[in-house]
Amino acid sequence: MDALLSSLVSIAFHGVAYGMVLYVISVGLSVTMGLMGFVNLAHGVFAMAGGYILTSSLGRFALPFPVAVGLAFLLVAIGSMALERGLYRHFYGAGELEQVLFTIGLIFMAVAIAQLVFGTLQQPVALPPWLKGQFPLLGRDFPAYRVFLIVVSGAMIAALWFGVERTLWGAMVRAAVDNRAMAQSIGINTRQLFALTFALGSGLAGLGGALGAEIIAVQPTYPFEHLIYFLTVVSVGGLGSLRGPFVAALFIGVSDTACKYWLPQFGAFFIYAATIAILLWRPTGLFGTRV
Amino acid sequence: MSETGYAASPRIRWTEWLPWLAGVAVFFLLPEYLLFGARILTYILFALSLDLIVGYAGIITLGHSAFFGAGAYVAGILAAKVKLTDPIVLLVAATVAAGVLGVTTGAVILRTRGLTQLMLTLAIAALCLEVANKATPITGGADGLSGVTIAPIFGLFRFDLFGKTAYLLCLVTLLAGWWLVRRLIYSPFGATLTGIRENSDRMHAIGAPVYRRLLAVYTISAMIAGVAGALSTETNQFVGLNVLGFEPSGELLVMLILGGVGRLYGAFVGPVVFLIAQDALAKQFPQFWYLGIGLMLVLVVLFARGGLLGLADALAARVRRSV
Repeated sequence: MDALLSSLVSIAFHGVAYGMVLYVISVGLSVTMGLMGFVNLAHGVFAMAGGYILTSSLGRFALPFPVAVGLAFLLVAIGSMALERGLYRHFYGAGELEQVLFTIGLIFMAVAIAQLVFGTLQQPVALPPWLKGQFPLLGRDFPAYRVFLIVVSGAMIAALWFGVERTLWGAMVRAAVDNRAMAQSIGINTRQLFALTFALGSGLAGLGGALGAEIIAVQPTYPFEHLIYFLTVVSVGGLGSLRGPFVAALFIGVSDTACKYWLPQFGAFFIYAATIAILLWRPTGLFGTRV
Repeated sequence: MSETGYAASPRIRWTEWLPWLAGVAVFFLLPEYLLFGARILTYILFALSLDLIVGYAGIITLGHSAFFGAGAYVAGILAAKVKLTDPIVLLVAATVAAGVLGVTTGAVILRTRGLTQLMLTLAIAALCLEVANKATPITGGADGLSGVTIAPIFGLFRFDLFGKTAYLLCLVTLLAGWWLVRRLIYSPFGATLTGIRENSDRMHAIGAPVYRRLLAVYTISAMIAGVAGALSTETNQFVGLNVLGFEPSGELLVMLILGGVGRLYGAFVGPVVFLIAQDALAKQFPQFWYLGIGLMLVLVVLFARGGLLGLADALAARVRRSV
């Protein structure tokens, strides 16, 4: 009985940590897709970039951990802004097929560049001593890094929700998601808003990739391998919503961990089956209002 | 070729015989490349099936490899485990299996649009990959399915080491597939598909049964992809996990875009150029190969949406104007 309980607690704990990271990575995708209707399959590239920035600033440059995480956010946000101005904006009015192909092209290039620069091996994460070891809580021991992940991601998510629900910028974003033409006609500079939101969303992906580098291995095939998870979070959660992807990410995190623990012989089978079932039941996702 | 689809004359132009002449010429002139040639022919058939739904019907899919893989695995499993080794029977079985998968998944995904549809095609392909990966006793899992032996065609033509029989089988099957796809495109059915791609609301308004037409073309496309998968099994006498998943679907899309999407012969040009370039370059410079593919994809989408054939058309039009 106690063994079952402790495995349940452990699955819930690891699952929540994983789900939080998935959410931080994917939430930007939900907002940019909801805002611009842009099918950005290359979103995982930003998360991978964040992971590489973290591992190399910890390993090669021996920077402190918080600085490395901050750098991952900042550099990815700036880089994505350049990409947005240079390439993405040419595709806003384009068809879905063009957007899909363009972003697949970006993935291919990113994978190749990652291989050229870092090689094909998984990058080791040199965690500082204060994040290693165990953290005692309610008579149980939890891995300190997972506790840190949950706390930091939780704080990020709270800040993001506050920003979207309570600030002027958030009100403008929500207005533009709901009705872009109307938002434009009352004087919201939607192009600038998109650019900023895109950079923020990509920066968050970079941050998520950096924080989650220990859970989701940083290697060149990252954007291909995890694409389906990021897209699942967004499509199951619902486009343009903040709450939906959060529920979806936690659901995926916990059930993926549970499946790997109890039914490793089935792999990711149940996740995919559940995704298909949910999308059939609610084609717009759990909290979405449109496709 | 300014007019396409229903508006164009369905008569076969003399240029359309050239690919087949080339195919026969390769058989006699380049006997050491026949296995590679069979691979190219298989991919052309696969690309044709994708062109039918992406180019003509406007259904965007990231999971077309599910049908190729289904055909490949059904043929492989029947040959290796059930000892059903007649190549023609295997082709038929793969067609039926891929068709059943196509009609059931199509019935589901074609009810949705946009991101949800894209996601469903991806999830179904991932599901198929996971099944093939984990059902090791049947599929061989990550090691692949070996022990596939194929009987001679009609009991007469043995599959030889040099791929002569395989090449001819692929060529004849491709001819049949090409004929079918060409007939479909130039039929009222094909015109309906183009209409749905351009404006599905209007097609609804004039009373076209949009959903049924899409389901029909999706199933046909799945069947053709299944045949291509079975051909690959018969040529290689082996099935690996790499026939399934996102990456083969993505690579096939790249080939189709390179050749020219929504044109019958884009599906011919793309795989030929892509696979020959891959054969020549990918082994020496694997990283640069992917970099090049990605760059090419971005450039094609930015500047040459008609692919290589589109570029050729534009060039021909410019030459005609200047003359």
